[in-house]
Amino acid sequence: MTKTKPNRTPAAAGGKRKPQLARPKPLRSGRNIVPQESIAGSALVLVIAIMTFLACLALGAVTMINDTASKWQSDISREVTIQIRPFDDVEMEQAIRQASRIALSFDGVSKVTALDDAATARLLEPWLGSGLDIKELPVPRLLTIEIAEGARPDFASMHTRLENEVPGASLDDHRAWVDRLTTMALTMVAVGTSIFVLVMTATVMTVIFATRGAMSGNREIVEVLHFVGADSRFISREFQRHFLRLGLKGGLSGAFAAIVLFVGLGIWSSNSLATPQGDQVAALFGTFSLGWFGFSGILMVMILVAFLTAATCRLTVRHQVNGLQNYRLVR
Amino acid sequence: MIKFENVGLRYGLGTEVLSDLTFQIAPNSFQFLTGPSGAGKTSLLRLMLLSLRPTRGIVRVFNREASSILPRQMPLVRRKIGVVFQDFRLLDHLTTYENVALPLIVRGRAESNFRKDVTDLLDWVGLGDRMHVLPPVLSGGEKQRAAIARALIDKPDVLLADEPTGNVDPPLARRLLRLFIELHRSGTSVVIATHDLGLMDQFNARRLVLNQGRLQIYD
Ligand SMILES: Nc1ncnc2c1ncn2[C@@H]1O[C@H](COP(=O)(O)OP(=O)(O)O)[C@@H](O)[C@H]1O
Ligand SMILES: [Mg+2]
Repeated sequence: MTKTKPNRTPAAAGGKRKPQLARPKPLRSGRNIVPQESIAGSALVLVIAIMTFLACLALGAVTMINDTASKWQSDISREVTIQIRPFDDVEMEQAIRQASRIALSFDGVSKVTALDDAATARLLEPWLGSGLDIKELPVPRLLTIEIAEGARPDFASMHTRLENEVPGASLDDHRAWVDRLTTMALTMVAVGTSIFVLVMTATVMTVIFATRGAMSGNREIVEVLHFVGADSRFISREFQRHFLRLGLKGGLSGAFAAIVLFVGLGIWSSNSLATPQGDQVAALFGTFSLGWFGFSGILMVMILVAFLTAATCRLTVRHQVNGLQNYRLVR
Repeated sequence: MIKFENVGLRYGLGTEVLSDLTFQIAPNSFQFLTGPSGAGKTSLLRLMLLSLRPTRGIVRVFNREASSILPRQMPLVRRKIGVVFQDFRLLDHLTTYENVALPLIVRGRAESNFRKDVTDLLDWVGLGDRMHVLPPVLSGGEKQRAAIARALIDKPDVLLADEPTGNVDPPLARRLLRLFIELHRSGTSVVIATHDLGLMDQFNARRLVLNQGRLQIYD
């Protein structure tokens, strides 16, 4: 309905006026219709911060496990050696050449290097002393195979061919070791991912319930706004703005704490990398570096949490307002 | 403006609190709604405010059957009805000024346009120097005046006031009654629920009397 300028307070018609007082305080325009400081609001921020922190920790841990596991696998599976044990009637140099040829004939093998006599002697020096002539000793010789990045040559048939065609040759592709590590790494990644999914689910649900809890304390405000004529859009906009802020505040603090923790651990681990414990820690857990993926993941968690807070608030307000607006739903 | 046809109301499974109400609130009319405590005055006001649905009968507001009003149209209906709740319902985190300005704020008016109207009205109800105070600091009578000012500020078509003089002394009650009469003269229909006979004696107006769920009308 249209109204003309509402300059028609009954004051115009009667009653004595008070003298106009000087009003030093500016009149607020009522921008914050939703109370900014409330116990429920602070509690919500804290809950959001804690859950974001936990979710970020889980995410970071999974990222690190993932990185470490895939590094193990690629490091080890790229280290393949052929060992040739000397036989009386076999010319060693020829056996080496033949083994190299066989190895190189497989896809994915980029280079085969035989440890030459000098290198082998150097390798054996701690046991046999210096100045020995390797040719006079029945020392097994090693060939290292370099595998192209990402390739998985058919080690099984390489193994068979070497054994059949080169006497005394054996292929060590660390297969059992790699298989075990792969299984372990995959298990760890699966466990880590499940934990992350669980933590994320708990985070989502906690944020939803905590937001609804904080909103229920505002029911009275929603009602008053409705009765003075506010529409659904106005009311949800006011609340959403406030709750988005709460969500961002909580999410930022939680994510920030998690990042500080990871960076701190990273610095600590790189400082102690020289020590034996540091080496063990690095071997087991990687280097606490979150990397690009981890950081963007944390950012995503934070955004998700803030968005979720605002969206839950919006839905709750809509629901409450609808209960007031919809005559059919009125008791 | 507001029309009731054979309206009955019961809470839950209890007996009918209100029975067979048939009456109307004409445009630009003034009436007292009276009856002993517990007679159903608040309930009847809530029915008129559409914040309660009758168990039977038909409620019409502004020539529309209430049940045909769509949810998104409801705010527009609310804007034509000013209401003074018995328990005031001021927002405790907003100042008196902001509480009174609230109906205008939610309508999207700019403060520069309504500031003077709000301060004038606050001065008139005697809250000129309590403008920046939060409601918890106000006395019962001051809260009441703030609640009345909030209901009046946008000059509603209908004003529903529940015991609006319940917390003030007689001189102020007279003053507030003058305010309602003034509002009525400027075109608003006024319904004042009260059990204060002294107040009703001060102004000769239509009386809706509730007794044991029934309504008697003394024009
Ligand atoms: N929400 C409610 N639930 C159940 N009974 C109610 C409710 N509100 C009011 N009543 C009952 O309805 C009757 C009328 O109450 P009310 O409308 O508040 O009367 P009044 O305002 O005239 O004092 C009373 O008996 C009261 O107990
Ligand atoms: Mg009452």
